[in-house]
Amino acid sequence: MRYDLQIIASWIEPGSRVLDLGCGEGELLSFLKKEKQVSGTGIESSEAKVTKCIENGVQILQGDITEEVQDYPDNAFDYVILSQTLQQVLEPDLLIKELLRVGKKIIVSFPNFSYWSIRLQILFFGYAPKNRQLPYEWYNTPNIRIITIKDFRRFVRETGCKVIREVDINTHSDNLQGNIINFLPNLRATYGIFMVSRRNDQS
Amino acid sequence: MSENIEPDRDGISVGQVEKKFHTFAGPPHELVLESGAQLGPITVAYETMGTLNEAKSNAILVTHALSGDSHVAGYYSEDDPKPGWWDTMVGPGKGIDTDKYFVICSNVLGGCMGTTGPSSENPATGRPYGLDFPVVTIGDMIMVQKGLLDHLGITKLLAVVGGSIGGMQVIEWAISYPEIVTSAILLATTTRHSALAISFNEIGRQAIMSDPNFNKGDYYGGPRPDIGLALARMVGHVTYLSDEAMRSKFGRRLQDRDNLSFDFDANFQVESYLRYQGSKFVQRFDANSFLYITKAADYFDVGRQHGHDSEVEAFAKIKSKILTISFTSDWLYPTYQSRNMVKAMKKNGLDVSFCEIEATCGHDAFLLPNERQSTMINRFLKRVSEEENNAL
Repeated sequence: MRYDLQIIASWIEPGSRVLDLGCGEGELLSFLKKEKQVSGTGIESSEAKVTKCIENGVQILQGDITEEVQDYPDNAFDYVILSQTLQQVLEPDLLIKELLRVGKKIIVSFPNFSYWSIRLQILFFGYAPKNRQLPYEWYNTPNIRIITIKDFRRFVRETGCKVIREVDINTHSDNLQGNIINFLPNLRATYGIFMVSRRNDQS
Repeated sequence: MSENIEPDRDGISVGQVEKKFHTFAGPPHELVLESGAQLGPITVAYETMGTLNEAKSNAILVTHALSGDSHVAGYYSEDDPKPGWWDTMVGPGKGIDTDKYFVICSNVLGGCMGTTGPSSENPATGRPYGLDFPVVTIGDMIMVQKGLLDHLGITKLLAVVGGSIGGMQVIEWAISYPEIVTSAILLATTTRHSALAISFNEIGRQAIMSDPNFNKGDYYGGPRPDIGLALARMVGHVTYLSDEAMRSKFGRRLQDRDNLSFDFDANFQVESYLRYQGSKFVQRFDANSFLYITKAADYFDVGRQHGHDSEVEAFAKIKSKILTISFTSDWLYPTYQSRNMVKAMKKNGLDVSFCEIEATCGHDAFLLPNERQSTMINRFLKRVSEEENNAL
């Protein structure tokens, strides 16, 4: 399983209710179901991936994440997971607000755009950065939101929520291995992973 | 549902099957229908495949659409040229695996393939019911299927599976018997007909009722309203296809000629195809059954019947795990209707999965061989039966 998903999986309490947005072929949910007796559901837009999820025994809805989450009642889930998708969302602030309505806690991971090599690419070459995490050109990238770890911390603070856990990691997009970055994460980590809750929740 | 049933490409089949009958609800135990009318005795035609296990935990009920019957898969005899209507889905190792599951399929109430319907004998007169047959609903059809299950001693269904009007029966089952239905598989279906769907049914019914042979439904023993029924079938058939499917299948190609004939013969292939479909249909189907079954489908409205006009409230009764599949080119029961249904299920916190399959062949897609659909159904059933076994 992808390194960031391994970390996310380790944060989930056994027996909880989980919603995984953009769950791909349902790898994380399938793992959580088996290892932690989680009752989980996923949302995925690609028909081929949805088919795979069902083949893998995962409960799944085909659709757009922004639309699909609106149907759930408040606190329908213990955790809502949004892994490596936030940077592709048109209205991330509204989505996060909605996720905090349907989930008691949300777990968000995203590529850190202030990683040192990205900074150097802009500084020295003057082109929009491209690397293994962000392999697209400016005109065809799905990654329309440029987020850094510091941006996200500030966003959480300003929206009146709180960060329960944060782990910043250095890994490549599909790598099974990586390492946790504690020193200067905004410069040295390729991904940030946050667990966030509403301010008034006791946890 | 089209007439184009082909034998399995790989030659795999459940083999020989037999149509059986069960009669119940004789006086004074007549069935009270949703309309308040009483009906009995009722005969139900059914077929079974596979083996019921000792725990009686592997039974799957398949429900059929407008023109289907109990003959879901297999052959009636060795020289039977055509298998059942869903032979590509039901059989050894197939989507609904008869090596693992005990599959039951029965003809609907109001039908004409062995179950009591308008062409059956009315015990009060000794003649066929005709339009004296009471208007039945999807809920009434379920009651009859429940009567069959009671007879077979089955108290739990691993799944109820059906498409189109068969899918309506699946929804009705899940709501009416939440303790019996472990899982529900809904294909190309809806919780209620749109005005568009009702319109095409009404055109079909009007075609039948305005046939000079219709005689207020009392045509048995005389000439039958074949022209009306064939017309109804032609209209229906168009709604099961799609613009794209018809373009690639027929285009504007001419039938057995190089030039237009400047008269009203069938010039285009599509005209000749529809005429053929119509003429084939009248050989096996009863016009009155067409009226009754389409009416039942038009009346079906989950929210109205079960939830004070709220589908969310209606679905609150469901305990089954659900798999819903729609098809991109289905304009009779379009995807938005499946999505609305799924939405109401989500609001109830149900275990529901939904997939929209890319398909060009329209509403009929659920009946045609489709690897993706078969695999999803197969794995969904596997998951449900594993989870059931773990829960024991």
